Formats: sequence, C-alpha cells, structure tokens
Amino acid sequence: MRISILTIAFSALLLADSLAVEPSEILDDPRHESRARELSKALRCVVCQNQSIDDSDAALARDMRILVRERITAGDSNEEVLDYVVLRYGDFVLLKPPFKKTTLVLWLGPILMFGMALLGALLFFRRQKSATSLMKCDPSAELDETERKRLNALLGGQKK
Amino acid sequence: MKQRAIFILPLIVFCIIGFYLAKGLTLDPKKMPSMLDGKPVPTFSLPPIKGRDNNGFSQNHLLDKVALVNIFGSWCVACRIEHPFLMQLSELSNTPIHGINWREENPDSGPEWLKRHGDPYEFVGDDPRSKAAIAFGVTGAPETFLVDQEGIIRYKHVGPLDLQTWRGILWPLIQKLSHKNIPRGTL
Repeated sequence: MRISILTIAFSALLLADSLAVEPSEILDDPRHESRARELSKALRCVVCQNQSIDDSDAALARDMRILVRERITAGDSNEEVLDYVVLRYGDFVLLKPPFKKTTLVLWLGPILMFGMALLGALLFFRRQKSATSLMKCDPSAELDETERKRLNALLGGQKK
Repeated sequence: MKQRAIFILPLIVFCIIGFYLAKGLTLDPKKMPSMLDGKPVPTFSLPPIKGRDNNGFSQNHLLDKVALVNIFGSWCVACRIEHPFLMQLSELSNTPIHGINWREENPDSGPEWLKRHGDPYEFVGDDPRSKAAIAFGVTGAPETFLVDQEGIIRYKHVGPLDLQTWRGILWPLIQKLSHKNIPRGTL
C-alpha cells in the first residue's frame, strides 16, 4: 500500500515537471543546454500566450526553442538571444516585463500602494493613541481657572 | 471636513484602478504589436517548394518593387478562405505577391494545395522549421506583409486578407509608396 502511494506521488511529481523539450532538441554541451532552458522559460509562446516556450507543445514554440539553441550554439549571449526575439515579437514575448518608462506603474505601483496603506495605518493608530491618552487623564484633578471659566461659559445657557 | 475628505481618497484610487482594469478587459490579447513596421525585412533565404524551378525566396527578391509577402500553409483553414482573394489580386493588380509556405510536414502538401486552389505567387519559399516565420515575427497564418521597393516593411496584416483591407489600407499605401498613380484595375 505504502509503495503504491509513493509511486503515485512520485509520478505526480514527474508530471508536474514534464516539459515540452524533445530529446532531439537537447544540445550536447550541458552548459549551452542549461542556458537554453533558462531562456526558454523566460520566453512566452506566442500561440498559447500563457505558457513559456519551454512548457508549450505548440509547433511554433518548438521552432522557437530550436532557434534559441541555434543562436546559443552560434555564440550569442543570453541578452543577444532575447533581443533577437523581442525585436520581432515585442516586450510581450518576455514573461517577465522589463523595467522601463512604460512599465513604471506596473513595477512601482504596488510599492506606492503599500506606502499609502502604511501611512494611512500609521495616522490611524496615532490618532487612536492620542484619543486613549485623553481618556486616561486623572478625573480627581481640579480644574484650573481658565478651564472653569470655559466650562461655565459652555454650561451658561443651561444653568438656569 | 478635512478629515472627511481623506475617506474619499481610497474610493478615488479604486475608481482609477478600476477604470484601467476595465479598459484592459476590452483589449484583444491575440492582437500583438507589429514590431517590424518601418524596419528592413529580416535576412532570410528559403529553398523553393517542390515543383517550382525558380530559386526559392529570399530578402533579395524584395528590393525592386512594392510587394506583398504572404505566409500560408496547406494546414491553415483561414488561408483557404483567403486564397480566392489572393488569386483575384494576382490577376487584377500588378503588385507581386510572394509566398512563404510555412510549416508543411510533408513537402508535397504545399505544392499540391497550390495546384488545387491556384497559385498567385511570384516567388515561394519553403519554411518547414519557421526560420523565416520567426524572423518576420509571425504568430499565426495567414499573415501578410507589405514591403516597399527598398525592402522596408510598411504594414502587417494578421488574418485573411480581403477586399476591404486592400481598398482601405493596402492600396492607398502602395500608391503612396510608389509615388505614382497606378490604375487599381477592377478590384
């Protein structure tokens, strides 16, 4: 029983990591291959759009994986390979959007929102603290002259 | 009063974010920006498809006349819909159409398809491994590029080409690019 559960768990693990890369695509140089895998994971499949070309079984994704490997073998750096693809398909093809002028809101928006929330919370707790400290003042203390005058003025109308 | 105003702030922020998110929902994610407009055609060199005795298709064929480059495949249903219009265009206009026969698993399929439905192309290259298709930034078939006489890509049309696109966009552009009035013919 235990073995069968283990088998199922293990095969589930294998499935979770299943890739679209076919054995014939894999490069002989393991360093090149690992760079190709890394780049493939960063590139969006333009047919299925929410998968990387490393995950996708689409024919075009396969051809793009091969292209990435060809360019690596030809001596391109990682940046050069990505530039080649971005030049043709736009920033959209990168699964991680680049940090630049048009994506400022995307990258800085969450930090800005967090800052605003933090500021709001700070103000809120500060106010609450000053409110509780007011309530804590000594009730047995006598009023001084100015306070008595003010109290009288406030109660003046009702005193009759 | 000043303290009240601060309570409206989150609502305003929410409305602004909501507006842009709602706008995002109306965009078509399949519509990708055309990156190569105004850029020279990529370097590519494709062998001819079976049964055609010219020298295939490369960027050198795109340097003397304003021309259309059409990406097609026998497996592509929308290409079948587009094809009669390309046939008409090749007969009735003098803008050359070149073809990139994309991703044929069987090298006979493309030529057979053209034999059956007609061949509107001047040059056709065989691109089974998406070499030229990726160089052009193609995401699906059919796609059509308008390339001027200097080899600069001027327009990219995604999906089947039709009379409306031809009359509304391509024809006016071709006239502007060739700096002269060429009769439109009956199209």
